[in-house]
Amino acid sequence: MTDAVATRDALRVVGQPVVRHDARDKVVAATAYAADWALPGMLHAAVLRSPYPSARIVRLETKRATAMAGVAVVLTAKDVPRNTLATDVPGQTTAVGPLRATLHVLAEDRVRHQGEPVALVAAETLELARDAVEAIEVEYEVTPGVFTPEAALAPGAPPVHGTGNLLAQWRIARGDVAKALAGANVVVEGEYTTQLVDAAYLEPESGVAWIDSDGVITIRLSTQVIEHFRDVAEVLQVPQNRVRVIGTYLGGGFGGKEDVTVEAYLGLLTLKTGRPVKMVWTRQESLLSRAKRHPYRLRYRTGANAHGEIVAQQIELLADAGAYAYLSALVLLYSTVTAAGPYRVPAVEVDARVAYTNNTPTSAMRGFGAMQTVFAYESQLDRVARALGMDPVAVRRVNALRRGDTLPVGQVIETHVAIPELCERAWAALGPPTASRAPHIKVGRGLACNFQPYGRIVWLHDWASAWVGFEMDGSLVVRCGCPDVGGGQASSLCQIAAEVLGVTLTRISVHVSDSALTPLAGTTTASRQLYMSGNAVLKTARELRAGLLRVAAAMLGGDADDLDMDEDRVVTRDGRTLAIAGLLAECARVGVPRSHLGVYHAPAGEPVDLATGSGKVFPDYTFGAHAAEVEVDTETGVVRVLGYAAAHDVGRAINPQSVEGQIQGGAVQGLGYGLMEEVVVENGINLTTSFATYLIPTAADVPDVRAVVVESGEGLGPFNARGIGEPPIGPPAAAIANAIEDATGARITRLPITAERVARALGLLD
Amino acid sequence: MIARLVLNGRPREVEVRTNQTLLELLRDTLGIFDVKEGCDEGVCGVCTVLLDGRPVSSCLVLAAALRGRAVVTLRGLERNGGLHPLQEAFVRHGAVQCGFCTPGMLLTTLAFLEREPRPDREAIRAALEGNLCRCTGYTKIVDAVEAYVRGELGHD
Repeated sequence: MTDAVATRDALRVVGQPVVRHDARDKVVAATAYAADWALPGMLHAAVLRSPYPSARIVRLETKRATAMAGVAVVLTAKDVPRNTLATDVPGQTTAVGPLRATLHVLAEDRVRHQGEPVALVAAETLELARDAVEAIEVEYEVTPGVFTPEAALAPGAPPVHGTGNLLAQWRIARGDVAKALAGANVVVEGEYTTQLVDAAYLEPESGVAWIDSDGVITIRLSTQVIEHFRDVAEVLQVPQNRVRVIGTYLGGGFGGKEDVTVEAYLGLLTLKTGRPVKMVWTRQESLLSRAKRHPYRLRYRTGANAHGEIVAQQIELLADAGAYAYLSALVLLYSTVTAAGPYRVPAVEVDARVAYTNNTPTSAMRGFGAMQTVFAYESQLDRVARALGMDPVAVRRVNALRRGDTLPVGQVIETHVAIPELCERAWAALGPPTASRAPHIKVGRGLACNFQPYGRIVWLHDWASAWVGFEMDGSLVVRCGCPDVGGGQASSLCQIAAEVLGVTLTRISVHVSDSALTPLAGTTTASRQLYMSGNAVLKTARELRAGLLRVAAAMLGGDADDLDMDEDRVVTRDGRTLAIAGLLAECARVGVPRSHLGVYHAPAGEPVDLATGSGKVFPDYTFGAHAAEVEVDTETGVVRVLGYAAAHDVGRAINPQSVEGQIQGGAVQGLGYGLMEEVVVENGINLTTSFATYLIPTAADVPDVRAVVVESGEGLGPFNARGIGEPPIGPPAAAIANAIEDATGARITRLPITAERVARALGLLD
Repeated sequence: MIARLVLNGRPREVEVRTNQTLLELLRDTLGIFDVKEGCDEGVCGVCTVLLDGRPVSSCLVLAAALRGRAVVTLRGLERNGGLHPLQEAFVRHGAVQCGFCTPGMLLTTLAFLEREPRPDREAIRAALEGNLCRCTGYTKIVDAVEAYVRGELGHD
């Protein structure tokens, strides 16, 4: 077939800021989120959670709770058919060996973090369920815990699990770092600390489960991963095809709904009672117990020559996994691979470790380990530039990776690296400098770049599938198991199908995120859905088109390659048209399918040995540069962001409005990370379990974000798009820290950059 | 006990518990899911409704204390089945991502514009301070409100 949709000029729908169908539904509140669902006879569920970060369960008595009127069932670990939930993915770490990341569905003899689930209740009303939770009697014997990774790794530390507290370690050694540092003109040393952060989506974890008329346990919930139906089946010890997960449009995910949340509990409760059950976590439960972003300690020694070229980086990372492994080893892998930044560095040593503690577990959150490192490597680079009297754009231009360069891990960069252009455009987008309002108000600017993988690690052999089919009236149906977290995932799939098949967007229905009825497409994580599901829909639509056009060519005479599909018709080069309904009727008559199921396989590879730097880890990367202008009150330490610009090379913007939205939203989450957000945990006790104490940015806290969308036309996604879900959250904290140093000369190395920390750095406090 | 309210223009009398909030009444008793629940302590703004024209967090209002007051939820904005121009502006300007904050955001904006019909961007941001959004970064929400204020979508 002719590749009529390959060149930019020929694109009709892709590249347009089309109105998203889901936005229309959402402004009238027609979208039924997971909690907006009720069934006749539905029970309400509540969870009993541990108040202690480290304790033995001496006695657990549920008789009183079970006997309460209106209580349908009370479940503890002994009631769970298989009480182990795998949180594992294939892969090996350098030092600790194969991962066996598991956790208990409900605690058995021990609790390892505050908020760990101990028992479940389902009752006629939510009030009754909560009363019954209070009536469960638990006797705990508090045991010594460890609350920092340093303490956890110290000799004699109490083990969080049976083994030592080192969960995983990755190392990279490339080039002679000691020699390069010895020969460097400038060596900058820094230690940076990043904090524990919550995804803080506005929709708490929620869902409803029931046993459908065919006996299938059906769980309708807010999730980024419908494939957890398999994990639920394992827990319930039923065949995988007897569990169905329906993913709703999410009220935000950001990685926090990547691991299992309510689905195993709902599956258990509906299986035990035979009735529909609803579970909605309170905000307090969510903030208390959900896996969060890892806090890191990052130590860097960076050497540069007189031209500002980095010659060596010596890097030591230490992260807190909390009480269970979840995805910590992989998060650390992302940190290890990205630790030296999007720069050419001939000599790199990375020693990265993550340890168990008795803190809230940490796992996936937007950025996935590739963002803590940005704060460190971009602070270091600015300090190098300052030492050499270089400007921030120049130092990044001389160091930026180029196509064909090799990362410290041994991966060759195969696509365009737009770092210099992105720096220049972000910097310019700030406009003329703002004048200081008063002598004690200092204004400064900072720049920070990042690179973020999109798509899963190549040895996970990622794939996605989609089904595209015409109805007889010429309307189109797209089915794809891709959860829509709010980024416009489903809408973009419609755009891609519309582009290939020439169907008016409003004539397309899209069904997403149902493990029984939509072809599986994998997780909405790792900035992978536009890349993976987008490619699956593109491939499927093209294959469908080819079959249909062969029939059309027979009807119209001539060659299928000379036909196009546009405006719900087939069009010949000489301007003749064939209505799609006529073509479909002919397909029905001659027995040519009007639908097609297609699978897209990402380029796969073998596991690499990081230590020897042996090759490809990720399919590709998205590059970015952010610029910030801040004012600092040098009498109080208060920082205000005056202007912000965020530039990313997205390869191709399928929907420029959605892309801008991802960039602006990610940047503001990053500003929250940089300036205000922190889950405060003292000796394993969470002190910030409400939105009154866990602060995220409001409209009044942040400026407009100017999104600079650069389209290099190079990327592995459909129409050469790159992933843009995670990348924009990376640079803000570093851009702000760099701007503060520009304004005041003070270097902040600990997040979040609160007024108190700035005041301390300015010498205003003892 | 009986709660009396005028819900989206219709007088209603509903049996409630003494400790039941307006949010629980709307969602759990009446099945009105255009009001969302986000934090249950009056911080996030997703449960915003208009109470006698003023935006309030319905999670902080006791249902039994309503005494005939007027409650407007997002459904109350419907105009002959079409979108309110502010809703249209949110759609056109990409102000909606996950959409969970959207109902509250729309109601707060409308109540604010009643008091201050020609605000600048800073005033819009200050007015929306009580409605958190985790997806958009707010820029496009402010864009949408500004466009509506300028009457770009037929608003007068």
